[in-house]
Amino acid sequence: MNAPTRMMRADESATKHTKTPMTMIQALRSAMDVMLERDDNVVIFGEDVGYFGGVFRCTEGLQAKHGKSRVFDAPISEGGIVGVAVGMGAYGLRPVVEIQFADYSYPAFDQIASEAARLRYRSACDFTAPLTIRMPCGGGIYGGQTHSQSPEALFTHVCGLRTVMPSNPYDAKGLLIAAIECDDPVIFLEPKRLYNGPFDGHHDQPVVPWTKHPLGAVPEGYYTVPLESAAVFRPGKDLTVLAYGTMVFVAEAAARETGIDAEIIDLRSIWPLDLDTIVASVKKTGRCVVVHEATRTSGFGAELVALVQEHCFYHLEAPIERVTGWDTPYPHAQEWAYFAGPKRVGAALKRVMEA
Amino acid sequence: MNQHPPLHLHVPEPTGRPGHDTDFSYLHLSRAGEVRRPPVDALPSDTSDLAYTLVRVLDDEGCAIGPWAPDITPDLLRFGLRAMMKTRIFDARMVIAQRQKKMSFYMQSLGEEAIGTAHALALSEGDMCFPTYRQQSLLMAREVPLVDLICQLFSNEHDPLKGRQLPVMYSVRKAGFFSISGNLATQFIQAVGWGMASAIKGDTKIASAWIGDGATAESDFHTALTFAHVYRAPVILNVVNNQWAISTFQTIAGGESTTFAARGVGCGIASLRVDGNDFLAVYAASQWAIERARSNLGPTLIEWLTYRAGPHSTSDDPSKYRPADDWSHFPLGDPLARLKQHLIGIGVWSEQEHQETHDALEAEVIAAQKEAERYGTLSDGRIPSASAMFEDVYKEMPAHLRRQRQELGV
Ligand SMILES: Cc1ncc(C[n+]2csc(CCOP(=O)(O)OP(=O)(O)O)c2C)c(N)n1
Ligand SMILES: [Mg+2]
Repeated sequence: MNAPTRMMRADESATKHTKTPMTMIQALRSAMDVMLERDDNVVIFGEDVGYFGGVFRCTEGLQAKHGKSRVFDAPISEGGIVGVAVGMGAYGLRPVVEIQFADYSYPAFDQIASEAARLRYRSACDFTAPLTIRMPCGGGIYGGQTHSQSPEALFTHVCGLRTVMPSNPYDAKGLLIAAIECDDPVIFLEPKRLYNGPFDGHHDQPVVPWTKHPLGAVPEGYYTVPLESAAVFRPGKDLTVLAYGTMVFVAEAAARETGIDAEIIDLRSIWPLDLDTIVASVKKTGRCVVVHEATRTSGFGAELVALVQEHCFYHLEAPIERVTGWDTPYPHAQEWAYFAGPKRVGAALKRVMEA
Repeated sequence: MNQHPPLHLHVPEPTGRPGHDTDFSYLHLSRAGEVRRPPVDALPSDTSDLAYTLVRVLDDEGCAIGPWAPDITPDLLRFGLRAMMKTRIFDARMVIAQRQKKMSFYMQSLGEEAIGTAHALALSEGDMCFPTYRQQSLLMAREVPLVDLICQLFSNEHDPLKGRQLPVMYSVRKAGFFSISGNLATQFIQAVGWGMASAIKGDTKIASAWIGDGATAESDFHTALTFAHVYRAPVILNVVNNQWAISTFQTIAGGESTTFAARGVGCGIASLRVDGNDFLAVYAASQWAIERARSNLGPTLIEWLTYRAGPHSTSDDPSKYRPADDWSHFPLGDPLARLKQHLIGIGVWSEQEHQETHDALEAEVIAAQKEAERYGTLSDGRIPSASAMFEDVYKEMPAHLRRQRQELGV
């Protein structure tokens, strides 16, 4: 298969540890395992995460290994989970909590937006909330409207939060460790359709496992992928695609299928983001397409379009396009009419090349 | 000098796990007929003891005994048994259809059939249930056409919900069944609002709110208790304590050394803890609470003690977190077998009628499934149109959605 050329940034602290093939689930588990080992203050909890190890099995085995006061089940109360995490964080712990699906983050929204996000500011650093809130997001699993949403823009709109979304096992582990070590609250969105393999939107084709992908090779020990650093997922000269999560692979398929030499930037950290990498790429290509799974209006794509316009206007040779989910709740049966697959992304690439 | 030993965190555990049997003594059961039945106008505080004991009518021999034994006709009993059997047969068939990929997902209610069935029979036309995804027995008791339900499950061209909802997330207003949300607990407080609306309008309708043991941890549950108490809302607050919330035992929702019924008394709400596997107890307790609500005496919280006999959903494997044969040791038994034993005992039912009814219901479900399949299944692609996806977001479709629909070319 077409392995993506991925340019490692110099500041990535990948160690020379032996690499092991991991799914994204295993990589996330490994990150939490490493951090439970390294830092006594790390605690992990959420619905079904303790004995069972989470409905997606990301925390499987961690309770048996690290004990019940480090890894435990929580009541079904997202507001409660984040609320106690804020209290623990203020005490000095580093809670890593799981919201079972991003769609269930709303009951926690007050604790996230009014409390975790602003505790540092309102107390002038007297108290802080260094928590990591993991949540699977995105569609592609016939999950219907309450197991498919991509609410990243709700979080990027809140000052004081960091919002992160990895697209592969290597980044997932390095970013999660960086998130746990970060003293700010981090919303860590995990595209569930990528848990077991890269997915390019061709839902009728068999799933490719991560073992067959270079980014499924993950160091066993400690390393970080720094926050606020994007990756050039696929270098190219025709146009720039700004994407994150599942859409990175969809964009790659669209480039392959249209023959357009797209430079695909995987944001990795959605906000705050790595503006330099974006601006350098758009100044080079002169064209830009923004892609996300989430609904269009007031989606994060709008922010990206505005930033590119502000910083690259005199280099642009075509209007910037957005390819996104439709402005409807995520449907169940019509999932593939809803999902912005390679055909829709490819059509946008062509339009922008022809403009 | 600090004389205290270091603190440590208490994390509740179930008594049973894979490899060792559950000690069910934690349930603190009462004997059938043992618990008193207060008058319907009892003060909430006068129900405190009933929040910690267990209302039961059927004894081990299947006899109906004690003050809660309801006055109920053999016809209604047979109707109830039939609705429970239909629920169980329907569930079993749909689990198979899910394995055959005719639908994406399914949730069965095995072991919990008595609760919705008997409760629905005690409610009146016009009352509204605000259910969770595990109350299909309400629909069976109200004789909702099976074809409609299966078309929803198959997300096919005749799906009344136009393919928008996960299987099981029905909405059947005309059967008093509110639209199911995937977000737990939200319906609980909405039911209180429905009941308040009935009171504001001077109607006689009541609401019946449903929630699982696990979801009582959500704030919407606690908020519902407060609003129901404050406005003395005509609402039944049903907590189905089936011991598990996916892999999480009910003590993690706060059931350790207390009961879910006790939450109600603490909020000034009349509360009962009832054997949910005892059709007669469910009917009697529902009648009591319904009479209170309809007489402007306010809400009742009922904890129904039962056991989630099947997996949480078709995506779950309970043998990973609880003993595989746990249900067979559950001391409250199988609700269907218990009602059957009672009916045979009082001479209004027989093994032969049971078998014939079973066969007839199975044939009915199979025929309904065949008919529904004529309108397609999720896997054969005969699903609601992509253009239907853009409808009903608003009453009138705004320009931006019309543009997006055009962009999709449908
Ligand atoms: C707000 C919210 N959080 C989490 C979930 C995921 N979830 C679905 S069902 C379930 C367990 C619910 O258990 P319980 O309330 O006991 O009902 P039961 O399944 O036993 O009938 C969980 C955690 C959800 N649907 N909504
Ligand atoms: Mg439960």
